[in-house]
Amino acid sequence: MAKPVLQVDGYGKYFQLHEQNKLIPSSHNVSFSVHAGELTALVGPTGAGKSSVLKGIYRSYLPTGGRILYRDAQGHELDICLASDHQILELRRREIGFVTQFLHCLPRQSTLDVVAHPLFMNGVAREEARQRAAELLAEMNLPERLWSVSPATFSGGERQRVNLARGFIARPRLLLLDEPTASLDPETAECVIRLIERLKTEGTAMLAIFHHPETTRRLADRVIVLTPPPAVEELLKEML
Amino acid sequence: MNKILEVRNLGKIYGPGCPQCIDSTGPEADTNLCPHCDSLVAMHGVSFDLFEGEILGIMGESGSGKSTVVNTLYSEQAPSAGEAIFYDPVSAAEGGKSGKQHELFALNAAQQRWLRNHRFGMVYQNPQRGLNFNITAGGNIAERLLMSDLMDYGAIRERAKSLLARTEVLLSRVDDLPKNFSGGMQQRVQIAKALATRPPLLFLDEVTTGLDLSVQARILDLILEIQQELKTSMIVVTHDLGVIRLLTGRAIVMKYGRVIEAGLTDQILEDPQHAYTQRLVASAL
Repeated sequence: MAKPVLQVDGYGKYFQLHEQNKLIPSSHNVSFSVHAGELTALVGPTGAGKSSVLKGIYRSYLPTGGRILYRDAQGHELDICLASDHQILELRRREIGFVTQFLHCLPRQSTLDVVAHPLFMNGVAREEARQRAAELLAEMNLPERLWSVSPATFSGGERQRVNLARGFIARPRLLLLDEPTASLDPETAECVIRLIERLKTEGTAMLAIFHHPETTRRLADRVIVLTPPPAVEELLKEML
Repeated sequence: MNKILEVRNLGKIYGPGCPQCIDSTGPEADTNLCPHCDSLVAMHGVSFDLFEGEILGIMGESGSGKSTVVNTLYSEQAPSAGEAIFYDPVSAAEGGKSGKQHELFALNAAQQRWLRNHRFGMVYQNPQRGLNFNITAGGNIAERLLMSDLMDYGAIRERAKSLLARTEVLLSRVDDLPKNFSGGMQQRVQIAKALATRPPLLFLDEVTTGLDLSVQARILDLILEIQQELKTSMIVVTHDLGVIRLLTGRAIVMKYGRVIEAGLTDQILEDPQHAYTQRLVASAL
């Protein structure tokens, strides 16, 4: 069997809050792997650290323990925990995409340009990038009259479709999805689910958190159950 | 990716300075004034790299030394210590003139001026510092183009017009004095002027501070559009976390003249490591 695109090995994240003089664990000893063409789903109660894992992989959080081995398109392995900021920026530009529940974008940019932005960053010509953005937005049922205006005024579901389109457009090798269908009506959620299925057949490796257990059942090839990390006192006892 | 700027151990002390200055100032000492000799340690040991096409943020509150960093890099004042190497990116359009490596603080005044006029751009918080208020908006841009060896009057006027159009200054106002412009428009003229020579490196010092929110958003949009179009490398100095989040990919945090934290912008905002940054981020959200 092919080596995984991502291998997480004993990932841990503790927040050290200086002001309150506290150590807050959000993940403890999490291990799993993500393979090309497969979707790995993280499940668990609130506080189990599902988003923490995604953010650690994207390096929005600095992991405090473990290894996160990423195998790039050339087969080189990189430990994300130890990679330089520039290596991470390069991975984000070329290989790793992250779709969160929120869309951050500039108030004046047209929806088309917001979605095409990752392609601009990879040097794709403007017109071609916009063309590909238009195709993707059509596929996601976003009405054409909205394409030329900024998503700032869109409804939650419309914004989320823009957000997803932007995350999908550059075809990252590894896609991190944090509740991508949570704010969508059933029809749009169905479009997104079909798109995720298609990305799978095209070989994208995905790590996802879904709001509905039904979506997890339908899309996940592997399910990783997370439990809230033990309190710091417990961890210290364990260590001593 | 290629490095465009390498800054190592930059320092600036105002005053006589003494052997205890460094040890008795900084975030731990909770001051930037040396108690022994009353010197002000504006910055000390500031190091970072900037890559081509990258926007780096320098954040911190007033008096943290963030403006001192860009002022010394733009040769407005000499640092007390440190070095900075500018790797001029090779550009086909400019033939053999670029592609050189400059040690900024080893240059004489004329060489520094040449870099300022040709290869760097600066946009100040206060438009009066970046613009000559006694000559027209078009004249301000022409002035900068003249200093960069563009001599043809017609060409200068055309370039000035296209730059002002690019920065959304009404063409009917090319011949007006900047002092009669709104704050947001003055800022756009300043940006047009800074960009006139298509510099590969642009410094932006609190450029949206004091503007109302809708004007701020347009300026930020403009800066990002320009960055995407021209691939200009930028250093953005601001105390505004929103500006940092929207514009920059990486950032450094300064306090009392020291860099206390450096990292990916989203990481600094979501998982700040230093006690001061944690307080800064918590108080902003």
